[in-house]
Amino acid sequence: MSEHKLNLKLMIWKQSGPDVKGKFQEYKVSVSPDSSFLEILDDLNDSLERSNKEPVTFESDCREGICGTCGLVINGLPHGPLSRIATCQLHMRHFKDGDTVYIEPFRANTFPVIKDLMVDRSALDRIMHAGGFISINTGGVPDANEIPIPKEISSFAFDAAACIGCGACVAACKNSSAMLFVSAKVSQFALLPQGQPERYQRVEKMIKVMDEEGFGACSNTYACEAECPKGISVKNIARLNREYIKAKVKSHNLD
Amino acid sequence: MVRLDSKVPEGNIAEKWTNHKFNMKLVNPANKRKFSVIVVGSGLAGASAAATLAELGYKVKVITYHDSPRRAHSIAAQGGINAAKNYQNDGDSVYRLFYDTVKGGDFRAREANVHRLAEVSNNIIDQCVAQGVPFARDYGGLLDNRSFGGAQVSRTFYARGQTGQQLLLGAYSALSRQIGKGAVESLTRREMLDVVVVDGVASGVVVRNMITGEIERHSAHAVVLATGGYSNVFFLSTNAMMCNTTSIWRAHRKGAFFGNPCFTQIHPTCLPLHGENQSKLTLMSESLRNDGRIWVSSKVADMRNPNDIPENERDYYLERKYPSFGNLSPRDISSRSAKEVVDEGRGARGTESVYLDFSDSIKRLGKNVIEERYGNLFEIYETITGENPYSVPMRIYPAPHYTMGGLWVDYNLMSSVPGLFVLGEANFSDHGANRLGASALMQGLADGYFVIPYTIGNYFAGEKPALIGTDHAEYNNTVSEVQDRIKQLLSIRGGKTVDEFHKKLGRIMWNKVGMARNKKGLEEGIGEIRELRSEFYKDVNVVGSGEGVNQCLERAGRVIDYLELGELMAVDALAREESCGAHFREEYQTEEGEALRNDEEFAFVSAWEFKEDGKWDLHKENLKYEYVKFATRSYK
Repeated sequence: MSEHKLNLKLMIWKQSGPDVKGKFQEYKVSVSPDSSFLEILDDLNDSLERSNKEPVTFESDCREGICGTCGLVINGLPHGPLSRIATCQLHMRHFKDGDTVYIEPFRANTFPVIKDLMVDRSALDRIMHAGGFISINTGGVPDANEIPIPKEISSFAFDAAACIGCGACVAACKNSSAMLFVSAKVSQFALLPQGQPERYQRVEKMIKVMDEEGFGACSNTYACEAECPKGISVKNIARLNREYIKAKVKSHNLD
Repeated sequence: MVRLDSKVPEGNIAEKWTNHKFNMKLVNPANKRKFSVIVVGSGLAGASAAATLAELGYKVKVITYHDSPRRAHSIAAQGGINAAKNYQNDGDSVYRLFYDTVKGGDFRAREANVHRLAEVSNNIIDQCVAQGVPFARDYGGLLDNRSFGGAQVSRTFYARGQTGQQLLLGAYSALSRQIGKGAVESLTRREMLDVVVVDGVASGVVVRNMITGEIERHSAHAVVLATGGYSNVFFLSTNAMMCNTTSIWRAHRKGAFFGNPCFTQIHPTCLPLHGENQSKLTLMSESLRNDGRIWVSSKVADMRNPNDIPENERDYYLERKYPSFGNLSPRDISSRSAKEVVDEGRGARGTESVYLDFSDSIKRLGKNVIEERYGNLFEIYETITGENPYSVPMRIYPAPHYTMGGLWVDYNLMSSVPGLFVLGEANFSDHGANRLGASALMQGLADGYFVIPYTIGNYFAGEKPALIGTDHAEYNNTVSEVQDRIKQLLSIRGGKTVDEFHKKLGRIMWNKVGMARNKKGLEEGIGEIRELRSEFYKDVNVVGSGEGVNQCLERAGRVIDYLELGELMAVDALAREESCGAHFREEYQTEEGEALRNDEEFAFVSAWEFKEDGKWDLHKENLKYEYVKFATRSYK
């Protein structure tokens, strides 16, 4: 436990609603280096409430980097300066006394700001509704060990399945592309035997909704992979492209 | 006097569920679409129930306060899910899983429920694999297992350290499919603030739209609560920030009995506290105890670097006290033992923590194997503490983690309010006084995939509940109550923040209603909670208005419900004059300091009926043990 405190200047994006113009507001805080980043926002809000001022609206839940609720752009980087962690896992020991820290919401035309640092990422859910599943009902499935899967394949599928749906990939991309997000789910199911029956319909359906929602195209900057808290690889995007081309060639979709 | 009817079917334990499934009434496929269900909560229990009910043809609305159903706190479960597959050929069976769970729960769970849970455990694994859940596998391509606390077989299926995430994403994918089809209406960013009860029957809910602030009414033929546990009553717990008791507490105030509220589990392997402004505690999966050895120095106030403490000055206290289970002793025993050594002043470097040491396993298995098994957990540890657990032993300490208590339900998972069903951690059911590791995921999915889809049909076919219009007088009353409560909270404008009250309550709960309890402390605790509650109504400051996004108002509503629940937890702990499982009353212990159960007088479920603020009636559901005979748990 450290005794010394860090004095920071926080420049936080304040915006009262989706159609209102927002701006940075300055707050001065003194924090423990052992605190997490979100704990300093908790503290700030506590002191704002104490002086009857409106707290900063931001979202978080599990604070263990797995639920995908939190997501702030810190000094220009989604989830902050460290790689492979979500905002809630960032600790203040990575900042220096006297630092100015800019805190903004995830920015993308598909993620409208609701209030301050809170954005609407429901477009990602709608892509999942289109095809992010294997069409089986509860019951009537084979014994789990009747589907042997090579350990390596299972492991690749897991790497893709680790996506927490936070949207940092979209926020990091200059085109606001959701290709990393979509490719993670498509890859997981394309790799596994259980995903084969709908392999080609799935990719077409998910891409269609992705485009309809207004997510941009991928231009291979790899910013998504760099900011992904779970280290989802851009190789999944390459697989997504292959799957999509194969689907088009095979024309499995009858409609 | 209300009589509690558990509705446990007659017959041999192994046949009860099979017979019950046959005897229950069915709704024919064409009629299913005439029945609607509201599912509150989208974690393992809620998402699996909503998806499965929609697959069957019922009209389903799923309500969550998250922006997406995928964010529910089930996602954070790390270690695994139990099932009686016996893939490891080590002597497991449905009966053994049943037996271990009843024994692990220290004989305070309902035998028939636990047996059903063990029976459907295997179906869960099949279902999840078919959904594409990437469980750990061996080189031959088949599923791998590991062992967990409280069991001597390897029956735990896992997906690295992210089992909860993968299972929830599986259930979420099934739910997404139904949402895409239009069979489930997904209502996100809405917080349930009350249940509407018309003529004694649950007919809908009142929710606050967390974006607009609008108070909405939703009605259905049945309401299913799958809203999780209430560990956040302690303020610091491993639960997510938004986890709360409001749904079940409001239902309790509307007539649903609360079962065993004092049974709360303190998880032995969490990261220790770093300071006053800490917002939550982080769990380190119990699976770490498979390969990590827990110890403290045998000397008081030993400030040496742990690597400098020689082997003969280390006390591997779990291995010493419980040689047959050692580091895998059940959670309550492990937690209390940690508290004991810390209370003796032997905590790691004088702090409230003990060491969890992997050096022997790394020597025996190699760093690669340990990395493969626990890599992501080690990363989490290093991210938070700044220490590398491959070279320095981890420091861990117990933290509130899971609540075995919850709304009382019968065998059909229906509460004491007809039409109101409760699933997963939100009900009191299968874990008795202590839950074994890797059993929470099992119960959530069992309830959602394989129990409620049958029992709700029986309710519809048997009771033929009517759909009540949301213009009914009872809806108007409930909406006014909710609006008045919001107005009241916003009008106090006192000098203290909501978090201040929550933290104060947490300290009372931890000190007086925590890991070890006694009569004097509990009585003091009740007084302190009451005082804090009245202070809340005088001096809290809820800033902002009821319109639009107001996270301060959201938290205030949750804290006031915790201030009421906290009192009931203490009342329940006071009434239960015995020690059992996670409920340890200092007055009732053996000479060796182990929990002393009193089966003669306390082999019952405490089901509390709300009368008025601070006043409850106790109903007892007596528990019979026909298969697992009463025995003192021994892990020695």
